[in-house]
Amino acid sequence: MRGGQGAARAPVIQFTNCRILRGRALLREDLWVRGGRILDPEKLFFEERRVADEHRDCGGCILAPGFIDVQINGGFGVDFSQATEDVGSGVALVARRILPHGVTSFCPTLVTSPPEVYRKVLPQIPVKSGGPHGAGVLGVHLEGPFISREKRGAHPEAHLRSFEANAFQDLLATYGGLDNVRIVTLAPELGRSHEVIRALTALGICVSLGHSVADLGTAEEAVQSGATFITHLFNAMLPFHHRDPGIVGLLTSDRLPLGRHIFYGMIADGIHTNPAALRIAHRAHPEGLVLVTDAVPALGLGNGRHTLGQQEVEVDGLTAYVAGTNTLSGSIAPMDTCVRHFLQATGCSVESALEAASLHPAQLLGLEKHKGTLDFGADADFVVLDDSLHVRATYISGELVWQAEEARQ
Amino acid sequence: MKLIILDHYSQASEWAAKYIRNRIIQFNPGPDKYFTLGLPTGSTPLGCYKKLIEYYKNGDLSFKYVKTFNMDEYVGLPRDHPESYHSFMWNNFFKHIDIHPENTHILDGNAADLQAECDAFEEKIKAAGGIELFVGGIGPDGHIAFNEPGSSLVSRTRVKTLAMDTILANARFFDGDLAKVPTMALTVGVGTVMDAREVMILITGAHKAFALYKAIEEGVNHMWTVSAFQQHPRTVFVCDEDATLELKVKTVKYFKGLMLVHNKLVDPLYSIKEKETEKSQSSKKPYSD
Repeated sequence: MRGGQGAARAPVIQFTNCRILRGRALLREDLWVRGGRILDPEKLFFEERRVADEHRDCGGCILAPGFIDVQINGGFGVDFSQATEDVGSGVALVARRILPHGVTSFCPTLVTSPPEVYRKVLPQIPVKSGGPHGAGVLGVHLEGPFISREKRGAHPEAHLRSFEANAFQDLLATYGGLDNVRIVTLAPELGRSHEVIRALTALGICVSLGHSVADLGTAEEAVQSGATFITHLFNAMLPFHHRDPGIVGLLTSDRLPLGRHIFYGMIADGIHTNPAALRIAHRAHPEGLVLVTDAVPALGLGNGRHTLGQQEVEVDGLTAYVAGTNTLSGSIAPMDTCVRHFLQATGCSVESALEAASLHPAQLLGLEKHKGTLDFGADADFVVLDDSLHVRATYISGELVWQAEEARQ
Repeated sequence: MKLIILDHYSQASEWAAKYIRNRIIQFNPGPDKYFTLGLPTGSTPLGCYKKLIEYYKNGDLSFKYVKTFNMDEYVGLPRDHPESYHSFMWNNFFKHIDIHPENTHILDGNAADLQAECDAFEEKIKAAGGIELFVGGIGPDGHIAFNEPGSSLVSRTRVKTLAMDTILANARFFDGDLAKVPTMALTVGVGTVMDAREVMILITGAHKAFALYKAIEEGVNHMWTVSAFQQHPRTVFVCDEDATLELKVKTVKYFKGLMLVHNKLVDPLYSIKEKETEKSQSSKKPYSD
């Protein structure tokens, strides 16, 4: 029930005894929710002359916008890049299992795959609202296959492609369609990338730069063409050099279009990025930092050998390698772990750490009026956290969708 | 008249809050018997509101059976403007307590017919059985509510043009831009406040000292509208030391000497946690004028 007459009759829930993240600060305020949205209680009081129908004591906890993961390859044994007849149930399983980690919406991510995989999988991952069944699907993140051979990382070399011949048509021919697509990661040094970036952004699809050997100039041109994101900064790109800082240089570039804000994904699992590098990025451009898990199917499975795309992955603790190599193959740290690690590693404020997992990804996707915020009118997707940022409960559209064992009555 | 002199702002605020608390609890409000409370805005009553909120949160006081009437509101300022008195009351008091929105009354400065809005406000006060306790603050020029110097001392709720002093003083709340400061307000009249069964005026700070002197040591004068309360049978002035700077030593000494007696109004301090029986035993009036 959203908006209109129905919402006005829906019960008003007042979450009390909490600190809510609003306007860049944790405020001692109550959170009011009705019909799945966050309500302005002052308006309710003076205009409707109503009070809350139900009070819920949050025991002094922090209420933050639900986390948004814009790069997650799978988890709990599910690999989004595996072309099966029933991708939907795999996505549904991950959607449900990431609720305990405070994630309320996500972009299922497909690594470089052959065209037949895209054609089979993409139609099976529609955009879907979250709820008790699981986190909402905001659209698919396609990472590859238009990426650099040198910086392909764990992506299978055999399936890499370019769009030099027919630009955007090549891309369409590979993916088979862009209906459920929200983000495309590509290497801007590929020929005719500017045409492709312009065409994608015109469709409202976010273009991310990654798995690339682009120099700063190429990266800046890509941003001028419409790219707004950097895929897992520092990973799978040229290392920072002071005479050519590469894609990393975008963080402090003065050649970005006026008012354009560049966002960058960070895997803050303590393995993919050294804490010092994390601090460099955060201090250079705190407003653009987007925490991503880049989680692989082994997330939540434990140690051993598992599949990612067309490859085998070896997991040991919080580290996952392409089996038999030393190549990192994505993280197995869940989002709340990344938020805690980021907070501890950068010494930033709790507010900044929480915004990096909520407000920033929402801004990246142009959803900041509805997601990633607890402002009035936004979707009531939020996470209840204790002082050490461990998740106690997760809410989607004002509905309790997960609760820690000890928090249950 | 009672003049309560406390050392500092915080003590004055606490004394006022305790007094209001005791008055509400002794009144024993219920579904058929609401306590009607007149309320001010501004910086002076903030400390008092904080204390009242604390009492509510501790379970000592409830506003479930309290009806409130605010003194004034700007004309033409959107209700949700941060400087509107609606916003003030919501942020500093109402959102923290258990009052029902139906029981709060603030003049609507955006009403199509402003005078009709004012007349209706008077009717609502009458329908609520009049005001039991009207709490007010004053300006440095001695105005109570927006009854600027020269206001009739028998005035009722009406539209009022603000004095230049008030507009200048308020500019700080509107980015220092005089053009943004509302120039008109709806306000209860001096007569409206005079009709309350009891009036409590909070006056703190050295900048209000001359106004306090004008209020209580000189004659009733419409240029210092707060002086009208010299003719009210039950008025309590609650002030801090700074506000007494312009008073005669004799006046201050007399009323400070009375503090032992006056403190009995707030000691014992009642709580709704007490059983009904205890309350009735302890509710005999400790003092009267």
